This record gives sequence, structure tokens and C-alpha cells, in this order.
Amino acid sequence: MPKRLAYSLSDEVLEHVFSFIQSDKDRNVVSAVCKSWYEIERWCRRKIFVGNCYAVSPKMVIRRFPQVRSIELKGKPHFADFNLVPDGWGGYVLPWITEMAGAYPWLDEIRLKRMVVTDESLELIAKSFKDFKVLVLASCEGFSTDGLAAIAASCKNLRELDLRESEVDDSSVHWLSHFPETYTSMVSLNISCLGSGEVSFSALERLVSRCPNLRSLKLNRAVPLDKTANILRLAPQLVEFSTCTYSAELRSDVFSNLAGAFSNCKELRSLSGFWDVVPDYLPAIYSVCSRLTSLNLSYATIHSPDLIKLVSHCPSLQRLLVLDYIEDSGLEALASNCKDLQELRVFPSDPFDVEPNASLTEQGLVAVSLGCPKLQSVLYFCRRMSNAALVTIAQNCPNLTRFRLCIIEPNTADYLTGEPFDVGFGAIVEHCKDLIRLSLSGLLTDCVFEYIGKYAKKLEMLSVAFAGDSDLGLHHVLSGCESLRKLEIRDCPFGDKALLTNAAKLETMRSLLMSSCSVSLEACKLLSQKMPRLNVEVIDERGPPDSRPKNCTVDKLYIYRSVAGPRFDMPPFVWTKDEDLALRLSP
Amino acid sequence: MQGGGGGSESGSMSTVSREDNMVVSSEDSSCRDESELELGLGLSLGGFKMHKVSRGGHYARILTAKDFPSVISASSSPSSSSSSSSSSSSSSSSSSLSRANVTAGTKRAADSVAAANSSSQVVGWPPIRAYRMNSMVNQAKNQATEGFNSTMENHKSEISTVEKGTTGISSYQNSGNAKLRKSLFVKVNMDGIPIGRKVDMNAHESYEKLAKTLEDMFLKTTPNFNPAGSRALELGMMNKLTRSSKLLDGSSDFVLTYEDKEGDWMLVGDVPWKMFLSSVKRLRIMRTSEATGLGMQIHILHVLLGFVSYSKVALNHNLQLHDCMRGTARDKEASTSRICQQTYKSKRKYRIVKAL
Repeated sequence: MPKRLAYSLSDEVLEHVFSFIQSDKDRNVVSAVCKSWYEIERWCRRKIFVGNCYAVSPKMVIRRFPQVRSIELKGKPHFADFNLVPDGWGGYVLPWITEMAGAYPWLDEIRLKRMVVTDESLELIAKSFKDFKVLVLASCEGFSTDGLAAIAASCKNLRELDLRESEVDDSSVHWLSHFPETYTSMVSLNISCLGSGEVSFSALERLVSRCPNLRSLKLNRAVPLDKTANILRLAPQLVEFSTCTYSAELRSDVFSNLAGAFSNCKELRSLSGFWDVVPDYLPAIYSVCSRLTSLNLSYATIHSPDLIKLVSHCPSLQRLLVLDYIEDSGLEALASNCKDLQELRVFPSDPFDVEPNASLTEQGLVAVSLGCPKLQSVLYFCRRMSNAALVTIAQNCPNLTRFRLCIIEPNTADYLTGEPFDVGFGAIVEHCKDLIRLSLSGLLTDCVFEYIGKYAKKLEMLSVAFAGDSDLGLHHVLSGCESLRKLEIRDCPFGDKALLTNAAKLETMRSLLMSSCSVSLEACKLLSQKMPRLNVEVIDERGPPDSRPKNCTVDKLYIYRSVAGPRFDMPPFVWTKDEDLALRLSP
Repeated sequence: MQGGGGGSESGSMSTVSREDNMVVSSEDSSCRDESELELGLGLSLGGFKMHKVSRGGHYARILTAKDFPSVISASSSPSSSSSSSSSSSSSSSSSSLSRANVTAGTKRAADSVAAANSSSQVVGWPPIRAYRMNSMVNQAKNQATEGFNSTMENHKSEISTVEKGTTGISSYQNSGNAKLRKSLFVKVNMDGIPIGRKVDMNAHESYEKLAKTLEDMFLKTTPNFNPAGSRALELGMMNKLTRSSKLLDGSSDFVLTYEDKEGDWMLVGDVPWKMFLSSVKRLRIMRTSEATGLGMQIHILHVLLGFVSYSKVALNHNLQLHDCMRGTARDKEASTSRICQQTYKSKRKYRIVKAL
């Protein structure tokens, strides 16, 4: 191909070609080809994903990408889900909204995860973006139904409002009624996190009845059963539905109404909710079970026999979330009925009881690994495990991409041999070459980290708790895992040496969070000095770390790469270095 | 390094670095070492000083129902305090400490050590999202209260569900075993402070302890900041904090209220602690002036006037109540729940006006 051709392709042609390239990674590669491609690409990039809202400033994003339509931001680290990051740490979205309000009048999608969203932010969104379509607030907090009312009232073309697992304050405003009567564009509504006072049934029914494109509806648990049937009858085109609270006793009229309503829903593929479900009501959904691909029963306290019955009606199931009430027998039934299963999550019904209250062991997971060849994603809470089981699982499921095992009691050994689980997890990383996410538990020595460093070349996220013997463990991971982006560690004897030796690695990752490990303040200071493009945050609610003896370790350490420099909104319990290379209290 | 072995390292840590429990730790909140205050005051880092409110008469207090004359005082839970259990477990289990890392100097030393024995005293373990935990707790509570009142008893399969549900409840709500405790985080907002905090209800056994934690959390003044490096905080949070604490010097007090699961705002301290735990959704520290302006005064009057009839109802059940409060068996808790429900419902007319 003559070189001239490259120069003769006009900008419009290139832009058109680039419009077929959607993934961020590919776009980043395209923009690195040459200066003119960089320029063209940045003007036509429409979607931005910022995995850590402090890694870059809104001004920088706007400067490089002036015509963005869709943005996704993540705030707090994953460990914040387990109350390991103190309240008030950060993750405020208002600065972003403020900047984007002026720069991106055509922004129509905002997706946020683990961020603090205020009513003011929501009101600003409602006011500033004329064609606003998609608002997803996942695990967010800080806002009330007042903010939702503003969105409902102003966003005429809103298609998606998803508040999954957020904390919403009830301001007693009937926010649903703020959707004007002329509003008909809802496609996906998830309000399952809202409390009882926050949803008006009649407003909900009216909304559902006038939105013909509604595909996904996840109600909050306070909507009673008879209302559920009504709503289903109003929206038989639903693809995803989350049911609500079931009433206490079986009433045949309610049952048949519900069964009838479900049988109308020919498109229904995903069901969730099932809070307080009474097993006698389950047959009401049998008519849709054969088509179901996703079932979330993880809030349903129903037991193995009923679960087995249900699962035997769902041969197309690809995704199942369930409590450990399913027991090994239920998982065996699952393995024999649901050959398309790709994702399984088993949660503990009673995580704090030392004795198991359901007969769920490693056998259940082994059975699923044997029976479901397409299994890719596993999250499994159990109380006992063996290396043999892990090796079997690894051999049965070489296509696993996500494997998160939580043996509930820390430092539990292999119940058959008393050994640590180094060999078992080693088998997982060795056989599952596409593994991108791994969570470890149980008794583990530095050996497991050697295996992980050696084999887990595609691993992007690793969660470690109560494991390892020494710095060597951390060193293996940081030096071996080439694709590592997120590392979160708690209560492990990892300290200064591994961290400082692998300081450069930290710039290739999104973040590292270490809680209750053995890192000293001196190391944090040194790391800050050595690596100007890392923000090293010492999170310590006990007071200034400098006031403690030199050999004292820091409580929590959060390190993330950033081109935005230190942030301006740190709470009093977060310490970073200042220009004088001495740790000081930040305002 | 192995710390927390009850030996010198943790000992020295305790005098130098033991800090009051804030939100996240499971330890008892009222441990505070006076010597640490002096050290903190002595140190001056880059031009700032830590200011601590002195204990005693000038200390602002959050009022609870106990401050209003009432016959029924909040009963304290029979279980041992979590601090004593965690300290005893830390000393007894130091020898059996395995590779669960216990880093010296962290207040979580006791937690991590306890982790070697029981996962339930460790923050954030097992790793279940707070959202899911709270959902399960709410579910368990609903099943418990509905189970005793409704017609569920007629239906066999529902009974088994309820019974299994209540097994879950007893663990979630720590009915007997002091060691098994989960976190129950509720939001706390204080008038005048835009950012709320979260407090672990299960880390306290009584109203006194809770009030103490909240006082520590909200009413102690914040450190002054390095003037050379001061950066304007967007929310002006710090200014507000120091301002409101100045307001508190003296007699103007705050009142502690909570929102129950029916959505009504109640004065904290009216009901037995356990029952409070099962119905509290969130807390609000309200200015007394605001509270009185909005009908709280009426409520206070009613409480004062109404305690006579309230106490009559209570006296009828007094013996049973007393027995029930001591018991830890599930059926005792059930009957407690029933009795409390009855006395509680009789107080409906004394609720704070919803307009709050």
C-alpha cells in the first residue's frame, strides 16, 4: 500500500471508521498511532470510562474529549462495600457534574458506582442535560427522593433509571408522581433499593401503563403481591422483573391472579427479588421458567426441596444467585438440569454462625463444575473445602474467568488433609488461563502467591484476606501478574519490602488497598517521594500517624495512580504527603 | 510481626495509640486513654494542633428519653460488653494465633485475633455487601414480628419458614452469644452537618454507650489545620463543625431521635434497647430548639404526662418483662417482643409529628 494513501484518507472517513470501534482499549490504541489519529479520535470519542474518579480531573477529561455523550465513573474502592473504608472518605460526583454541565450539554448517560451523589448533583443533572437518557447509580449514597423528583420532572427522554443497591434517603416526596403524564419513554427502572414509604403504587401503575417500551422493572420489596399481578398485566412485554414481598399466607385468588399474570409475559427472561417468598407461591412462575436465563433467589429463604423443584423447571438457566439453603443436593439437581449455566453465586444464609445451618459443602460446587461445562463465573460461600475439590473444579472448568471462594472461617485448612489451600488455588490459576478475577480464602501460605504470580497472567483483580507468611507473598503477585489492575488485601503480613521493591508496578495498576497489614508509615512516605504519579493515602481514624512510634504500621493504605495529583476533598482521617515531604493533616 | 499477644507491644500501643472507637471497629466505643490526649496535644506537626474537648461539665450531651422522667428505664442487654470479650479473647487466644495477621499497633489487633477464633467479630468479614446484610436483617425482623402476630401459624410450611427465619434472627440480632455479633450500620445525621456518619448499633449494648459514641463522633471539635496549606473545602464542612460545637458550649443541647421501620420519628430511649435495635432505621441528632419548634415539645409533654398510663401498662407486664429481659432463649425473646409490641403500640399517640 503506498504511503500516500494514509494521508489521503480524509478526517471524515477516519472518523467513520473509528465509529465502529467501541471498546476503550481499542480506542486508546487508535489514538496512539499518530498525532492526526489522536486528534480525530479525541473529537469523536463519545463514551468515557473512568475507573477511579481521582485518577484524572474532570477538566482534563473535558480538555481531551470535548464531545462526550456517555460517562461512567467509579469512586470508592471495592472494599468499601464491606465497611472497610470509613464514611466520608470521598468519591463525590458534584465536581464532575458541575464541570460537565457546562462542557457537555449533550451528555445523555451517566453511570456511577460507589460514589456520593447529592440531591444537588441530581438537580444539576436534571437542569443541565436536555436530552438526558440514562442514569445508573450503583451502590451510591447521599441523595434522597428529592433528587429523584428533580430527575423525574425534568428528563423528558429518560430511558433508564437504575438505583441498584444505593442508599436513598426518604424525604417523603412522592417522586414517582413527578414524571409528567406525557412521559412515556421508560425502558428500564430499578428501584429495588427504595424503602416502603418511597413508592406510590398508583403512580407506579400509571407510569408502567403509559410506557410501552418498558423492558426491565425491578420494584422495591414493599409492593404487595396483588399489586405485582396488576403491574405485570400492564407490562406483559417485560424482559426483566423483580418481584416484591409475598404475603404471609397462600390465597388461591391471589395465586391464580399472579400465575395468570406471569403466563402473559412471554418475553420474561430474568427474575429477581423474591423477598419473604412463601414456597407455595413459587408455582405461579412455572409458566415462565422454561425461558428464564437469569434467576436471583438470593433473598429468598426457601429451602432445598422447593429450590430443586423450581430449578428443574428452568433448563435454560444461565445465571443463578441463591442462598446456601440450596444445599449440595440442590446444586446436584442444578448440575443435571441446567447445562447452560454460566454464573453461579451462593450466599450464606447465616454467615455468623460457626455451625453450618445448611448442608452446603464443597461437593455442591464440584457437582456444578462437573455438570455445567459453560461455567465461567463463581462466587461461593461455604464452610469447608479441600484441595482435591479445588483441583477437580479447576480441571472441569478451564474456562473460568471469575472465581471467588469464601471459606467463611478465616484460616480454615483443607478438611481432609489439614493442609493449606496453596495447591488447590494453584490448580485454579494453572488450568484457568483466562481467569481475570480471583478471591482467596482459607489457610494459605506464600506458596499460593508464587503460583499466582507464575500462572495468573491474565488476572486483573485479586482479593486476599488472612493469608500469606511474609513479604514474599506480595512480591510474587506484584512481580508476576502482568495484567493486574486491582489488588485488595486485608489482614496479611505484607509490608514495606514488597511494596517498595515493586513501586513501579503500582503505576501500571488502577489501585492497591491494604487494610491491617504490616506497612509502616516510613514506607508510605518513601513511596510518595519515589512515585509522584501515585497518590498514597493513609487512612487512619486513630489520629495522625506521625504521633505513633516509628515501627507502628498504618491502619489502611490506598494507593492509586493519578494524573490529577493529590485530591482536594480529603477528610481528616486521610493522610498524604505534602510538598515538604512530611505527612501532614489534610484539610 | 506478630502483635497483640497481650505482651509489651500491644501494651505500649494501648497507652500511646489507643484511640476511641469510631464507626468501623467492633470494640466498645467508650475506651479512651487520657494519656494519649496529652501526647497529641504536645505534638505539633507542621503548625497544627489537635484540640480535644475536656471531659466533664462543659461537655455537650445528647439528650435521650432517659433525661425525661420516665418509669421504664432502658434495659441493658445481659450480654457482656464487647470490649471485655474482645480483650479477653485477645489475651486468651494469643497463643493460638495463627497466620491471621495481627499488625502491632492497630486497634484491630483484637479483631484480627478474634478472627482466628470466630469470623463474626471482624469488620467486613465474611465479605458480604452491607446492602445485602441489611436486607437480610430487615427480612429477618419482618418475619419475626409478623410471625407472632399474624395468621402464619396456621400454615405448616410457613411455620417452618418462620422458625428457620427466627434461627437466622437470633444470630443476626445476637440474642444470646456475646461473641457472635454482626454489624448493623445505621446512618446518623446531625443538624448542621452535611455529611452523615454511620454507626454500628450492635457495637453498643445500651443507650448510654450509643450516646457516648455519638457524642465522640459529632460533638468533639476538629483539629485546626495547617494555615499555610489550607485549601478551601468545597462543602465548608469543617467550618460548620467548629461552629456547631461552639454552640454546644454551655447548655444548648441536642436531642437524639430515630426513624423506626414504620417511618415515624421517635425519641431515642423510649423502648427497651433490644427492641430499639430491631426497629431503628436511622438516627438524627436534632437541635432541641428545632425539635421543640416542630412539635417535639408536645411529644415531651406527652411523655411526661403519659408516663403514668404507660407505666400502668408496663406494670401489668412488669413481672413478665423483667423475666423476659433476663432470658436469652428464643421463646423468651418472642414473648418479650410480643409484650413490647403491645406497650409500644400503646405509645403510638405520643409519636413525634411526622412533619419532622
